[in-house]
Amino acid sequence: MTTASSTKNPIADRQARLSVLLTPVLGGSTESVRASTFSDNLRFVVEPDQLHAALTVLRDHGGFHFLSEVGATDYLKYPQPSLTGRRFEVHYLLLNQLTTERVILKVGVDDGPDPVLPSVVSLWPGANWMEREVFDMFGIRFEGHPDLRRILMPDEFTSFPLRKDYPLRGRGERHNFPRLTRDQS
Amino acid sequence: MALEPAVRPITATASPVVLGNNARQLSQAGGVDLPEGIQVTTLDAAVNWCRKYSLWPMPFATACCGIELMAVGASRFDISRFGAEVMRFSPRQCDLMIVAGRVVMKMLPVLQRIWLQMPEPKWCISMGACACTGGVFDTYAVVQGVDRFLPVDVYIPGCPPRPEQILRSLMDMQDKIQRGGRLNGTALPEQLIKERMLDAARNLSAGSLSERGDEARFGYRLPGGAASVGSPRSNP
Repeated sequence: MTTASSTKNPIADRQARLSVLLTPVLGGSTESVRASTFSDNLRFVVEPDQLHAALTVLRDHGGFHFLSEVGATDYLKYPQPSLTGRRFEVHYLLLNQLTTERVILKVGVDDGPDPVLPSVVSLWPGANWMEREVFDMFGIRFEGHPDLRRILMPDEFTSFPLRKDYPLRGRGERHNFPRLTRDQS
Repeated sequence: MALEPAVRPITATASPVVLGNNARQLSQAGGVDLPEGIQVTTLDAAVNWCRKYSLWPMPFATACCGIELMAVGASRFDISRFGAEVMRFSPRQCDLMIVAGRVVMKMLPVLQRIWLQMPEPKWCISMGACACTGGVFDTYAVVQGVDRFLPVDVYIPGCPPRPEQILRSLMDMQDKIQRGGRLNGTALPEQLIKERMLDAARNLSAGSLSERGDEARFGYRLPGGAASVGSPRSNP
């Protein structure tokens, strides 16, 4: 009752359909669309400057009206190179609420003093807090975000704790609180 | 001098800790004849005796230990048998803080503020592995033991502790209040000395990167050797 399937494999079918949709914004040729599958996941890899256009196409013409997650990964010292070849990988999980299809867009962000990506709050207002969380944990700045503040960690926190070069036990931030003793309290 | 028969049952039936040796010495060696219904003790002991049976807990329950704490308040274990059933969620009305559950770094200023808002005299029970040591949450975000930032009187181990352990800790707390409290304060002298030592040790400058190596200054050391964050353990 959903989309007519031309092949036995619905993932391959979805990949074929969405590749056609994404080809114009990803460079125009079929080779420029980089996709991979795992289980029932379908991932497309895009460049930061293509991100906004690709998400817009998927939202407006692919039926993926719902942005269900924005997350990030730090591939520092990972045994294999990441799908994007860069240190950080931000992923956008889109959901088609009519057909319950999902698609993942992955975009790589280079290491550096100020990793930056375009914000998608203009497409989905719900991306606001998700981008703030990615910023809080990884320090990836989202250009165009209306209110890019920390969301989980305290405001005075200075590090980005989910980066792989951040020590698991922190850098002693938590030891700076005043200590109350019996004499003082 | 022999005591009047009417006096002896009074001292014998009262709490031995409250009336203790003072009453017996006074009445025996001092030669004071106590009329019926009169007890002799120190003011400290009498006040502490009142305090220890009317603790008003402040349940700072942040995690699953709070569920056990609720069980202690329910009929099966019934904390009101020990006079501590009046849970109050306003710190102004409490004198026993029970930290039940892990406390994250972001929550710690709140915890300290609540502690400062509680009127004297006040006591603190650190309940469960997380409140005592951080438990399994050995990360940057979780306070590794609230006693680093608060004066704790009684620790309860367990994950979470049984209700019986909480009742036992309450009895220990009562015993401590009876023995150690002063009219204008709460502390045992030896506890003050210990806290001063801990405070001096904690005020050593913190290492910026090698936190694991610095843990001895908090009085504990974890197994596993030096930290290997940033590089996989299998690939040293």
